[in-house]
Amino acid sequence: MRSNANISWFADITLADRPMVGGKGGSLGELTRAHIAVPPGFVVTTEGFERVLAELEKENPIRPRVEALSLENLRGIRLLSEELRSRVNSAPLPEDVCADIAAAHGELCGSDPGGPLAVRSSATSEDCEAASFAGAQDTYLWVKGAESVLQCVRSCWASLYSVPSISYRRKDGTPEKGVAIAVVVQKMVDARSAGVMFTRSPLTGDRSVITIESAWGLGSAVVSGEVTPDRFAIAKIGGQISLRQLSDKRMRHVPAVSGGIEHAETPEPLRREPSISDNELKALAEIGRKVERHYGRAQDIEWAIDRRGEIFLLQSRPETVWCGKDKVPVAKPSENPLMHVMNIFGGRR
Amino acid sequence: MSTTGNTRCFPLPSSLKVVAGTETAQAAYPYYMQFAKEDDQRFWFYNSMHFPEPMSAFDVTTAEAAYCALGAANTRVHSLPTTLGIDYRIINGRVYIGGNAVTDPAEIARRTKEFQRRAFYYYEHWEELFAQWKSKMLALIREAEALPKLRLPEFEPLEHVRAGRGIASNHYLLAIYQKTLEAYFRMWHHHFEFLLLGYGAYLTFFDFCKRAFPEISEQTVARMVAGMEAEIFRPDDELRRLAKRAIELGVEGLFREGAAPADVMQFLEQSASGRKWLEELAASRDPWFNINVGDGFYHYHRCWNDDLSMPFASLPGYIANAKAGERIERPIDKLMAERQQLIHDYRELLNSDEERIAYDQMIQLAHRVFPYVEGHKFYCEHWYTNLFFNKIREFGGLLAEHGFFPNAEDIFHLTHYEVEAAIVDLMTSWSNGSPPRGPARWTPIVNERKAAIAEWAKHEAPPALGPVPDVIDDPAIVMLWGITRENLDSWLAAGEKPDSDEIKGFAASSGVVEGIARVVMSVDEIDRLRRGDILVCRVTNPSWAPVFQKIAAAVSDIGGSMSHAAIVAREYGLPAVVGTGTGTQKIKDGQLIRVDGGRGVVTVLH
Repeated sequence: MRSNANISWFADITLADRPMVGGKGGSLGELTRAHIAVPPGFVVTTEGFERVLAELEKENPIRPRVEALSLENLRGIRLLSEELRSRVNSAPLPEDVCADIAAAHGELCGSDPGGPLAVRSSATSEDCEAASFAGAQDTYLWVKGAESVLQCVRSCWASLYSVPSISYRRKDGTPEKGVAIAVVVQKMVDARSAGVMFTRSPLTGDRSVITIESAWGLGSAVVSGEVTPDRFAIAKIGGQISLRQLSDKRMRHVPAVSGGIEHAETPEPLRREPSISDNELKALAEIGRKVERHYGRAQDIEWAIDRRGEIFLLQSRPETVWCGKDKVPVAKPSENPLMHVMNIFGGRR
Repeated sequence: MSTTGNTRCFPLPSSLKVVAGTETAQAAYPYYMQFAKEDDQRFWFYNSMHFPEPMSAFDVTTAEAAYCALGAANTRVHSLPTTLGIDYRIINGRVYIGGNAVTDPAEIARRTKEFQRRAFYYYEHWEELFAQWKSKMLALIREAEALPKLRLPEFEPLEHVRAGRGIASNHYLLAIYQKTLEAYFRMWHHHFEFLLLGYGAYLTFFDFCKRAFPEISEQTVARMVAGMEAEIFRPDDELRRLAKRAIELGVEGLFREGAAPADVMQFLEQSASGRKWLEELAASRDPWFNINVGDGFYHYHRCWNDDLSMPFASLPGYIANAKAGERIERPIDKLMAERQQLIHDYRELLNSDEERIAYDQMIQLAHRVFPYVEGHKFYCEHWYTNLFFNKIREFGGLLAEHGFFPNAEDIFHLTHYEVEAAIVDLMTSWSNGSPPRGPARWTPIVNERKAAIAEWAKHEAPPALGPVPDVIDDPAIVMLWGITRENLDSWLAAGEKPDSDEIKGFAASSGVVEGIARVVMSVDEIDRLRRGDILVCRVTNPSWAPVFQKIAAAVSDIGGSMSHAAIVAREYGLPAVVGTGTGTQKIKDGQLIRVDGGRGVVTVLH
């Protein structure tokens, strides 16, 4: 099946398509095109959302009311969020959108129509350099069957009006007009281990260090902070593992039999074992380098390793904490290079 | 360095007692080296890096000469803006030092102006001045070598009389002694002519790297700057060459572990190829065996030329490596290519071209100055110092011959003032035919001082004294001793924490290795090291390089990432942790230990 107005397959997406596929969708497409392994999938573009929203706006305005809220008005935000989520969740889906999603689902799952999928929000305002909007919209894991996927797509749309999501946008004064939401639908990695990777040190901003956090099971346990992950630092140059902090990983997220995920206790011998091998760390760091080079800037990456040891990236977005501080150079060229020694001798420190 | 009322404090100098029974020996050190009441106001630290063992009365001459020259360079020659020289005091044979910071902004500004006229001239004309330095230094060495042998004949030689020389032999004893001493003080001025400026340029680059890459290790920066061809590497290179020649000449079978050098040489004399090898040895010895087994600060650290057991102990290992097909020369091209790659890779990671240009400027300067930083030691601390101590030893022989004390080495328990007095005593006695007064005086004093040194060595010296300064902003102290406020806090904490199995130091060379600890307290014990052992020592220096071929890892009490042990360990690819402070005390000989050179941690396993 080819991409169309409602559906874009990863292989057809670049970062420039973000207004249609959102930040996450754009990044997964970009990674796919850069030959980085990501679980295959497609994006339900903002087209369907915009049409639903336009219908709803006719009944009772949405965007102007969100924009009118002030950040301090917590009660107002909460009430409007409840109202809008409920309206989006109960709005009828356009038929062609439903049909295109179902067809894409069929193609993605092939002979395994009940194969587990991840359905992830991909807002057009997220994952840009200025703010990561981390976790403001919904993600559904281990979703099985076309019907459930449709439900989750709608819930993702509705989550654009979650309290944290609205608050983020009000904090930055983002105009609502450009804010839309696409939805990523991709194969679920049955993760043995998963976690996050920064292509610089989150503690010091050091660009020569890759930091990897890893735990057993699905990455959601790490992202949500429910488990203290193992922590590693790897030098980009030389590849030395300079930090190796193993933690007690008491629990992990695993797929539930009925769909979705559940918490499970980690069996005792595994709790303090490293959740990732040195070779995997090195391979992952290499991928991190490749992605960083591809984008030309430091990245904040989610990854998973499946039960066969294959590594997948689930997301990559520009690192947002340190890049703002990079604008002041560590040192500037000096007309007389000798003046640099005054940093040591001049007592100016 | 300023202090505030509520800062924590190391023991005050006045609370540090002279070990009972050694008071007279302590009093022998000149008055200006003794702690006084007002010294309680200041911060001092034990210079264990240069003087890890109690200093004998004569050996403190080195501290005296070195600090005179260091202070002159900082205070008066280059006019470092924020620091003057170093004060030093001796107690229980330990050398404590304290920096003299400049804190008044107006004064700093005035000194900065001078600094830029003086130090910048040195940087701008570095190669030219360094070339000139080398010839000055070689001339100084030739001058010391040319000092006449000491002679006190019964009658003045007839030819002197007939030549109308007019000055009798006894006078030359004083003249030669004074020249020897004067030239040693002079040598130290040469030593410091470039040193602080060199370290400063290196630290400038280091400081940039630390800000650009906060988690970069010192060893990585050191690897980007270190050269490969400094003179200090030559003695070890010569040994490798000699090992190779031994194989080529077919005499390698004569070199066995534990064989006495004299015996090996005797066997070599018996064959033409053996004699050929001995010629090669003679070529290497001058000047490259003028390297001593210490850092040049103790009279008993003899050089390879005076004691061939160190070089001979390492030849069998080099020969075995070469026969096993290993390339035994240092892979200089490879090391240089690695250095270039490292510089390039970090450069690429910088954030902007602006930063890259600044980086280039700084590393270029570091590369220009570093040959001096690496190379000066061979000429100053090794070659020259050996000549100096050997000349003093010759005086010791003469005085011993005249009954002043039993052995030539005993002279090192007199101060340099006392040596001069003893020489004048001997000159007088020779001239007037009366027995010298010295024999009755010096032997008991020497014995008392020897006993005091042995006693002092048993007492641990506190790492620092006096109030902890808020900040250490003295570049000389930071550069030469690596002392920072964080170090001081950890020293204070070390006194409070219970013993643990982990010993921390500088991560000097990465890798993790487990093995049997061989605690080697002096160079005499080096032949106890067996292949695969982990060397645990106070401090290493270039003459120890040959042992690195057979050890599995190295741990030292003293040293930073540019210390000798660190540099050599990286070259050999061995894990090393340096500057542990207490490794030789906490690790027992024969224990199984783990060295994690990447993290700077040593763990005692059992």
